[in-house]
Amino acid sequence: MLNVGRIEEGFVLDHIKAGKAMTIYHDLKLDKLDCTVAIIKNAKSEKMGKKDILKVECPVDMLDMDIVGFIDHNITVNIIKDGEITEKKDLRLPKQVVNVIKCKNPRCITSIEQGLDHVFILADPEKEIYRCKYCEEKYSGHRNK
Amino acid sequence: MRHLMSPLDLSVEELDQLMDLANDIEKNPAKYAHACDGKRLATLFYEPSTRTRLSFEAAMMNLGGTVLGFSSADSSSASKGESVSDTIRVVSCFADICAMRHPKEGAPMVASMVSSIPVINAGDGGHQHPTQTLTDLLTIRSLKGRMDHLTIGLCGDLKFGRTVHSLINALVRYTGIKFILISPEELRVPDYIRDDVLRANQVPFEEVIKLEDALPSLDLLYMTRVQKERFFNEEDYVRMKDFYILDKAKMELAGPDMLVLHPLPRVNEIAVEVDQDPRAAYFKQVQYGVYARMALILTLLGIEVK
Repeated sequence: MLNVGRIEEGFVLDHIKAGKAMTIYHDLKLDKLDCTVAIIKNAKSEKMGKKDILKVECPVDMLDMDIVGFIDHNITVNIIKDGEITEKKDLRLPKQVVNVIKCKNPRCITSIEQGLDHVFILADPEKEIYRCKYCEEKYSGHRNK
Repeated sequence: MRHLMSPLDLSVEELDQLMDLANDIEKNPAKYAHACDGKRLATLFYEPSTRTRLSFEAAMMNLGGTVLGFSSADSSSASKGESVSDTIRVVSCFADICAMRHPKEGAPMVASMVSSIPVINAGDGGHQHPTQTLTDLLTIRSLKGRMDHLTIGLCGDLKFGRTVHSLINALVRYTGIKFILISPEELRVPDYIRDDVLRANQVPFEEVIKLEDALPSLDLLYMTRVQKERFFNEEDYVRMKDFYILDKAKMELAGPDMLVLHPLPRVNEIAVEVDQDPRAAYFKQVQYGVYARMALILTLLGIEVK
């Protein structure tokens, strides 16, 4: 059994679908942060069989958890302070995501306008459908492949 | 400050007020002849649309205002690579209100986000065309006397036809509306209109292929052109453009009060012989378009005429 030491302040993202940890690592732009990150792949899980875990040591307000909610709202987020879990955060689908995904409609203004944010709005929470703010094209990619 | 991006930016009550104003303008044009003295409308047309642009310009001139603008991207700074955001910031210094047509969907919304003057979406790609919808609603209300309990046939290019999408969005808010969607399989309404607009609002609709099957039950037939520029190849366009032609013989299948509307320009989807039919309302619709745009300009500029 592999042991990874505990963190003093930061996040533990648990129950990540096996193989997706690196995607989340990049989407959260953790590669750009100067902090300690542990990436645990294929850990045993009763619920999921195999899962990935990310441990991030950083101030708790540094990461945009909306992105994690958008990718997979089944991920568990444990917030750590003074080495203890102080909060388990329920992830919800964010009402909008900015610059996480790109509109693929070739007729959308985002395809030519410089410096324009790619914004997707949650149009149908039940069906988990996001639409481009500008052209209303449905996001047809998979959030959690 | 308000903008108009989609027909849904206006509530049913606001739409009613706007249409009341348009009808008053129709009856008393002289009362409004100087309402916009000293005001300027900028028409920013990144793709040609003579009809819509002239309608906006006529509307502003009828109100005593003046107009400036461009009628194609080639004659604007867009050809030098200027962004929509920069263009509208500049134009905001020259005009009091602007109407923007752009081939890219969402361009007027981008403009509205940074503009210091009201922006009217005058058509953005295959997306929305709210002033055409105002025109259509005003024509229906003025000629039919009501907006509810109507069976409406929409015919032609229902996939790329933005006028159709905007009209459906606006009409589902009234009670007793039923749609018959008449199109070839390839040009049916997009999924989001079928699921998120029609089904979500529990609006009854049928999808049929033959125009003849729908005609007897319609209160209103809205014809559209199969637009060449919406196709990626010429072969598909040529194959489909003649599918749905309304002629005198087909008009005999329709009821005596059925109105025929068309956003124009028509190519050959309505035979010229139909023009003489009293049910043909598409040229009256053009006139209502000017009244609707006059009412909209006044509303967005916050000008009240006593």
